[in-house]
Amino acid sequence: MEKLVVIGAGMASGRLLEHLFDAAPEKFEVTLFNAEPRGNYNRIMLSPVLSGEKTYEEIVTHDDAWYAQHKVTTRFGERVSGIDRARKVVTSPNGDVPYDKLIIATGSDPFIIPFPGHDLPGVVAYRDLEDTNAMVKASSVRGAHAVVIGGGLLGLEAAAGLRLRGMEVTVLHNTGHLMDRQLDETAGYLLQKDLERRGIKVITKATTKTIAGDGKVEKVTFEDGSEIPADIVVMAVGIRPSCSLGTEAGLEMGRAIKVDAQMRSSDPDILCVGECLEFDGNLFGLVAPLYDQAKVAAKTLLGEDDAFKMRELSTKLKVTGCDLFSAGDFADGPNREDIVFRDPKRGVYKRLVIEDDRLVGAVMYGDTADANWFFGLIKDGTDIEEMRETLIYGPAFQGGGGATADPLAAVAALPPEAEICGCNGVCKGDILKSIAGGATTLDDVKAQTKASASCGTCTGLVEQVLAVTLGDGFAMPTEKPVCNCTDLTHEDVRRLIKSQELKSQPAVWQNLAWKTPNGCPTCRPAINYYLLADWPLEYQDDGQSRFVNERNHANIQKDGTYSVMPRMWGGMTTPDELIAVAQAAKKYDAAVKVTGGMRIDLLGIKKEDLPAIWADLNAAGMVSGHAYTKGLRTVKTCVGSDWCRFGTQDSTGLGIKLEKRLWGSWTPHKVKLGVSGCPRNCAEATCKDIGIICVDSGYQIGVGGAAGMDVKEVERLVDVATEEEVIEWVVAFMQMYRENAKYLDRAYKWLNKVGLDWVKEVLADPAERQALVARFDISQSVYQKDPWAERAVPSEAVKFQPLADLTQEAAQ
Amino acid sequence: MSWIDVGALDDIPLRGARIVKTKAGCVALFRTDEAEVFATSNTCAHKNGPLAEGIVHGKQVTCPLHNWVYSLETGEAQGADEGHIATYPVKLEAGRILLDAASIEARSAA
Repeated sequence: MEKLVVIGAGMASGRLLEHLFDAAPEKFEVTLFNAEPRGNYNRIMLSPVLSGEKTYEEIVTHDDAWYAQHKVTTRFGERVSGIDRARKVVTSPNGDVPYDKLIIATGSDPFIIPFPGHDLPGVVAYRDLEDTNAMVKASSVRGAHAVVIGGGLLGLEAAAGLRLRGMEVTVLHNTGHLMDRQLDETAGYLLQKDLERRGIKVITKATTKTIAGDGKVEKVTFEDGSEIPADIVVMAVGIRPSCSLGTEAGLEMGRAIKVDAQMRSSDPDILCVGECLEFDGNLFGLVAPLYDQAKVAAKTLLGEDDAFKMRELSTKLKVTGCDLFSAGDFADGPNREDIVFRDPKRGVYKRLVIEDDRLVGAVMYGDTADANWFFGLIKDGTDIEEMRETLIYGPAFQGGGGATADPLAAVAALPPEAEICGCNGVCKGDILKSIAGGATTLDDVKAQTKASASCGTCTGLVEQVLAVTLGDGFAMPTEKPVCNCTDLTHEDVRRLIKSQELKSQPAVWQNLAWKTPNGCPTCRPAINYYLLADWPLEYQDDGQSRFVNERNHANIQKDGTYSVMPRMWGGMTTPDELIAVAQAAKKYDAAVKVTGGMRIDLLGIKKEDLPAIWADLNAAGMVSGHAYTKGLRTVKTCVGSDWCRFGTQDSTGLGIKLEKRLWGSWTPHKVKLGVSGCPRNCAEATCKDIGIICVDSGYQIGVGGAAGMDVKEVERLVDVATEEEVIEWVVAFMQMYRENAKYLDRAYKWLNKVGLDWVKEVLADPAERQALVARFDISQSVYQKDPWAERAVPSEAVKFQPLADLTQEAAQ
Repeated sequence: MSWIDVGALDDIPLRGARIVKTKAGCVALFRTDEAEVFATSNTCAHKNGPLAEGIVHGKQVTCPLHNWVYSLETGEAQGADEGHIATYPVKLEAGRILLDAASIEARSAA
């Protein structure tokens, strides 16, 4: 008999031994080393052991009797110290063992991020029975806290298991969505919602700083200074091949031990199976290819021909109730197209990736019933051209017809008492009555019931009620969808973001059934604005959903350079500021232009120089003038009562106060203000979005002016007596515009739709005004920060530089 | 192919872009997905707009100057516009972005 030594009793080597003993029971005399003090068990089933759904005994695959029956000499709990290839001996502290053939199946080690405190008692990986038992023990204390670092497959299974055991569980994940290697953003978002529903907290983009505690783990701290309690920390951030034996033995190595398709290392008498090997540049972690390797290695040992082939892999999460599936490749590569299906009501999301009429990848969430059928199409490379139209509906639809969901069905199903118009308290029944009474158009319904007569966000709903009731008798008019990604109008989207509390872009895409994976240049900036306006504290502004000017905080010019314009409050400046501006203009070789908004523009600045010129201007006390934003631009003033013989009030001072209150806020479109000290109106306040004319008795506030594509004169909102009242009314008006207008509607366009009367009515109520002001101030607590100062620091400034400069390399 | 490491994947925000300077102008790197990066010329065929400053959506970018849309896979302008930008081989390895030196040099020679 030949001597076969196997190092590592895991799932791959276990399967290998089964194949060997089946095919040639008397050919090998086997010695099996294992560093763990036990034989082979089904490691994949540790999650049910953790959650208590299974016991360890139930997941053992090879027990002592099995090893005895096949005359395997077991050396469990013993770590092999080396391989002497010259003498063909495996060395170990408890005695060396000679081999004819050797199998290295040492698997992998969990990757531990070396945070300060990572070596404290209570920090565990999730790899073997010891780790699992440590977690079970930690969960036995009532109300104990677990922190799982890593929101991948293993980490989430650990989190779910610990939660089932009654722990308070928080998952920390460093990228933007869970399981980012297997799922796209939307599926990651749905998974997070499901986990949160079962009481697991999830923190994405987590910036873990330390694991801390006195003698044992007590808490995890973050870069921003916050912390969460932890009685146990599970680190499940990945694995790396455990292959040092191969390195020390002088085998050919890549990231692991390199093998050929017969599973032979560079030494033909040494074979590998499992996570410790590298084949054709690939490492392995899922069980299916490991079993393939075991089969091939057994054949090789028996002198038979076989070759290992890479094959498509699929992933399922073993968390009861979270139905997800991902397979194939849904990133990378040319000529790929997506088919996306979303059913927000059922929480279903499906995405298919197609290349050359073949399915190459699939992600599914919420309904994975057809997963295997899709996986089959991927594996077989089936030509799907014929069934492309209905492919996403699954096998049931192939060969037969199928109805698509009626977009009006939801409205048709609403009961008569369902409220349609919140502003005016109009129910569906009221609208049905007016239709029965002869109303056939939106205007008829508006006139008779007041539905959609105020803020207008329910216009789409009213139209849908008309359409459902009148059928062909009603032609759906007017308002277009946001873009080709959706059938919803801006008003619909704004209403639904508020009512469904959608607080992220993936949430909007999924719940509102977006037809593209991640939007387009038309909807992305709009949705980004709606989210930050409605959820200033929860939503994080997304620079990648902004046009270049707002992303780079400067105006791009036709030659790709930028213009830089610092704020001059109310048009006032000082000699020192002017010197700083002049020096910056010289230093960065800028053209200098005095603008119509009473500021100074520096043109021709290179992108790389932006952070440096900002730092120079910041040093002189100047901040961004936001000349590039859909936000507060400038407040134009005249010199007012300080200097002018006609001035009635301090128009400059009031302008500065308004500018200091409003700067930094994002709005649906740009907002310009003017404050004139008397009705001669030198500050041209009557063609601004908000214009104030000072008079002897106080202040006239006008809104909805413009001097752009359209020229409009303001309409009077209100007359007030004091500066404080001016500020309160103006801030409240701004917030109302921010909360209600369609993205890219200037104030006058919005007022045309909703009517100035409604705005006056709302703002006439002091409580409403104060509530609007309070909401504006909450938003300002987040957004009233100088974006230049934030980006002039070295860690941010580097992002304005090229990623790399290859001009040097190319020159040699 | 000879691959040059030009930086870390995480230096490009999701659906963002960065440029790499070469002797013959800038190459734009677009991160369209967690682990998906495309490399193209940074220069719009229309009026030389810097494409790396455009909005990245799906596997496309929209030029910041006049809204031309390009497929990052083929370099072809989409819709009614006619034009083409060069595309370059790029690969990701262990969180690093690699560009093919030969293609970049061929660009310099051209």
